[in-house]
Amino acid sequence: MTTGREEFSYDDRISRDFVVATLFWAVVTFLVGMVIATQLFSWRFNFNIPWLTFGRLRPVHTNAAIFAFSANAVFAGVYYSSQRLLKARMASDILSRIHFWGWQLLIVLGALSLVLGFTQGKEYAELEWPFDIAIALLWVVFAINFFATIAKRREKHIYVSIWFYIATILTVALLHIFNSFALPVSFLKSYSVFAGVQDAIVQWWYGHNAVAFVLTTPFLGMMYYFLPKAAEKPIYSYRFSIVHFWSLVFIYIWAGPHHLLYTAVPEWAQTLGMIFSIMLLAPSWGGMINGLLTLNGAWDRVKSDPVLKFLVASILFYGLATFEGPLLSIKTVNLLGHYTDWPIGHVHSGGLGWNGLLTFGMIYWMVPKLWKTKLYSIKLANVHFWMAVVGISLYAIALWIAGVQQGSQALAMDTVTHRLKFPDFMATITAILPYYQMRALGGLLYLVGAVIGVYNLYRSMHGAVQDEKTSAAPLSGKVTGKGHRFFEAVPLAFTLLTLLAVGVASFISIAPTFLASDRAIVDARIKPYTPLEHYGRDIYLREGCYNCHSQMIRPVVAETLRYGAPSLPQESMYDHPHQWGSKRTGPDLARVGGKYPDLWHFRHMADPRSIVAASVMPAYPWLETAKMELGDLSNKLQVMKHLGVPYNDDEVRTAAELAAAQAKQIAANLQVQAAGQGSFVGMEDKEIIALIAYLQRLGKDGVKP
Amino acid sequence: MNIVFILLPFALLLGLGFLGIFIWMVGAGQFDDLETPAYRLLFEETSEETKKKGNASDDNGT
Repeated sequence: MTTGREEFSYDDRISRDFVVATLFWAVVTFLVGMVIATQLFSWRFNFNIPWLTFGRLRPVHTNAAIFAFSANAVFAGVYYSSQRLLKARMASDILSRIHFWGWQLLIVLGALSLVLGFTQGKEYAELEWPFDIAIALLWVVFAINFFATIAKRREKHIYVSIWFYIATILTVALLHIFNSFALPVSFLKSYSVFAGVQDAIVQWWYGHNAVAFVLTTPFLGMMYYFLPKAAEKPIYSYRFSIVHFWSLVFIYIWAGPHHLLYTAVPEWAQTLGMIFSIMLLAPSWGGMINGLLTLNGAWDRVKSDPVLKFLVASILFYGLATFEGPLLSIKTVNLLGHYTDWPIGHVHSGGLGWNGLLTFGMIYWMVPKLWKTKLYSIKLANVHFWMAVVGISLYAIALWIAGVQQGSQALAMDTVTHRLKFPDFMATITAILPYYQMRALGGLLYLVGAVIGVYNLYRSMHGAVQDEKTSAAPLSGKVTGKGHRFFEAVPLAFTLLTLLAVGVASFISIAPTFLASDRAIVDARIKPYTPLEHYGRDIYLREGCYNCHSQMIRPVVAETLRYGAPSLPQESMYDHPHQWGSKRTGPDLARVGGKYPDLWHFRHMADPRSIVAASVMPAYPWLETAKMELGDLSNKLQVMKHLGVPYNDDEVRTAAELAAAQAKQIAANLQVQAAGQGSFVGMEDKEIIALIAYLQRLGKDGVKP
Repeated sequence: MNIVFILLPFALLLGLGFLGIFIWMVGAGQFDDLETPAYRLLFEETSEETKKKGNASDDNGT
């Protein structure tokens, strides 16, 4: 009866640990989100503390959503389901612990570094190089443990969830390493090896695939495991789930350039990104329908089972987000939606709707199993569910309205006078402030719901915590006859096929830009930043200005009238990293240089409302008191020179003196422009001067199309 | 920057080399049955459940 069966147990402690971590980071992530959502309509909510300004906290929020909340949820789900699907305990308990504690430490230190202003200035990949290396190492620890578990599995067939996990592990590693190529200047300061157009392509190839391979594929793998489990029915079509997997893996990787429509990247790359993004609708909706049809015959249970409620709603939000994505990728729609709050709403439909609801559904299902207990209160779980659904719906609706209004007002032309219909940028921002408040209310509902959920789950976590014991026949010659060695190799083959799919697509979409030489369009009129401007640019990166200001003027009449000539690729050819941005809460800065006097910037940075009454920008008075530290400016320029920026040796050597001289000039300008209104003595060594120098340089190199 | 020219072809070659193995594995039967895996997921047994069943079948047997 029991011949050939091996007794073993699952490592459930690692799943429990990651469940607790997920819940903790969920609340932290939502809380930080609430703070920055509030800052958008009430800038004072940063309490005049540099660490809490929007530009620094927003990367904390986005990185926490990806690396803390979602990643921990993925690890919890992967450790739980993989062991059961593979009929094997994780290969190494020690590697699992290293993975868990290493990851939590990384999150804490990473968040701290972002708050303190250490950043690479690349959206969704802000963490500085030591953290990038730590992420890569911990990911490898996870990968080794995971693949070793596949190797010792007792189930011949590899269930579709495992493939989704394999794709996730491989692709994230590839994307992360590629996008993080940077030359360090010092501990916690580095410059991306990519510049301008190249950097933008690599950045959004990474950025979009972070969505694809952190927020989509692993969650689909979990959906294909936890939905059938919770519904107690097999997936509607297993065959289709395999089609779903391969089509996503082949198509997703091409879609990145849809973040760069109408920018200075080559037209063919934009069209490629658009076409593949639209194609994504088919497998995504197929997957959604496959999930929903699984509940045929079990819909009555959705009424009473909170787990199924969460899972069904999350799948519906997956459908919403994967409809919205292709829609926003159509160039004409993107022209309206890009730089507005619509994409922010879209990413939250995905993040809070799809990832968030799936995570909570999964955890409500797992906790009673992992703690051998019952859910403390079904009623509270239902309260959580409705607060979450109403919250995210309010959020999405508010930002649809805000986004469409921003987009249409930004582009609206008076057909008679051929001028901008809404020339005042602030009028649009003022008009959408009520929607920002509505969004914050939605977020608050979601947060409170989550807190109730965490309380409910905490009260449930008091059962016996033992590893679940089971038994299964080993995969060996005795059982399967010939060929077991071949099957051992199957995961490897899938692994590499995934790598191939991703690799080929990446190669074809990225390589031409590189192969056409680093700076395809070398334009002698474009000069590197002066040492002081470079220092000012570092301040611009540190304060996260790109979170609200773009530096990329699109080639349409309304943009040209508002901001000046469309941005050209060569204009950012020395920008390591590029600062094109993706959102305009404030106006574009690509050609702000020379638009206003130095004194305007000085007063505007100190108190934006003294210049623009309705401004929502934080005040940066501390830039007037913080001293420049020009000590390692030569090292910084040396790194830039190494990356191909044409500084000569003299400039590099005397960088600090050159910067000081230019700073003195700007301080003198301020004194003249102030015409007796205030003294600028002692201002020449302050950070504000460098920032002014940088801003005044933007778009000044005489390039007109 | 030159690392790009090494990294991409390397990933490509590695992937290509194992594409053959993948096709081989399809031949080896990994995809032959696309029905039962969906059901098998639902029948995870703990040791206790296995033992209970074992006892039950023993009872039937006697």
